[in-house]
Amino acid sequence: MAGLTGRMSTVVKAKVSKLLDRAEDPAETLDYSYQKQVEQLQNVKKGIADVVTAKKRLQMQETTLKQSVVKLDTQARQAVSGGQEDLARTALERKNVAQTELQGLDTQVTELEDQQQKLTDSEQKLRAKIEAFRTKKEVIKAQYSAAEAQVQISEAATGVGEQMADVGLAMQRAVDKTENMKARADAVSELEAAGTFDDVTALGSGEDDIDRQLKQLSSQPAVDEELAKMKGELGQGASASPAQIEAPAEGGQEPQSADAQPAEGGQA
Amino acid sequence: MIVRVSTEGQYELKGEALERLNELDDTCQVAVEAGDSERFHACYEKLLKLIRDEGSELEDDDLRGSDLTLPPPDITLEEAQSEFSGHGLIPD
Repeated sequence: MAGLTGRMSTVVKAKVSKLLDRAEDPAETLDYSYQKQVEQLQNVKKGIADVVTAKKRLQMQETTLKQSVVKLDTQARQAVSGGQEDLARTALERKNVAQTELQGLDTQVTELEDQQQKLTDSEQKLRAKIEAFRTKKEVIKAQYSAAEAQVQISEAATGVGEQMADVGLAMQRAVDKTENMKARADAVSELEAAGTFDDVTALGSGEDDIDRQLKQLSSQPAVDEELAKMKGELGQGASASPAQIEAPAEGGQEPQSADAQPAEGGQA
Repeated sequence: MIVRVSTEGQYELKGEALERLNELDDTCQVAVEAGDSERFHACYEKLLKLIRDEGSELEDDDLRGSDLTLPPPDITLEEAQSEFSGHGLIPD
């Protein structure tokens, strides 16, 4: 077979034969092979643990971001009912960024779970094969002459070697994935460290560098739309809270349609 | 014939299924060469389905080696295009 299978088979066979080439004295090789196999199994376990750690880290970030979304939404509502449209807009822009990050994280957590499952399945198969090899090893030692044993060992070790190459591949793919995710997770952490998801009311009125960057990041129409909706829901302009702050003078450039929308019974 | 789907497992396939596997393998290869990601994934899905449906999965403690090895199910077109090399536990 020439296609994908051909090339892939060559790769695996090369790896397995490298493993088997270490065979010199059959009896010695048997024990040595087994010992090596058990060692490799430990590496696989460590690999799985790394994937789990990476996943937990992403899940923790998910929790933080979810809290930020709720907080920023609340702040946007407070700002709208207080007539502070600029502040509301800032909060919504940040919420928008947090939500986008959340979606990305969610996909990645799912992918990692998939990788973890594959690794666990592979590890189970490897464990079963190593155990079978251990049994066969004793039979070979007891029953076969050196020449025959050589053949038997090769056959038995092929199965284990192939599974090992396969677990190695699964592990490599998981590591590649976690590295991509780590980069993304670091990016989110940087946003957090820069105060992106912090309390917007604590920032003061001036537009800072973060705000300008966020405006570029968040899709403006989505923010406009949500702001308009929020104003509709809060019935802005009607009998809002008594402690209402005067709307800033430049508030006139908001979308015209916003106030026209009747309250959709959203906010209780 | 024993076929391994990388990161998944080994299956034993016989007779007519092998011919269809061979045909699908060629079709996938053509899609890879054409750089057609959608066609490649559709084809590879079909190929994997054939193996899973028609093949019988080997027991975990079966020590037989495979006659054929397929790339992992989540292979990308780019990976299929580049000489596919799986890194592994076995040092190079």
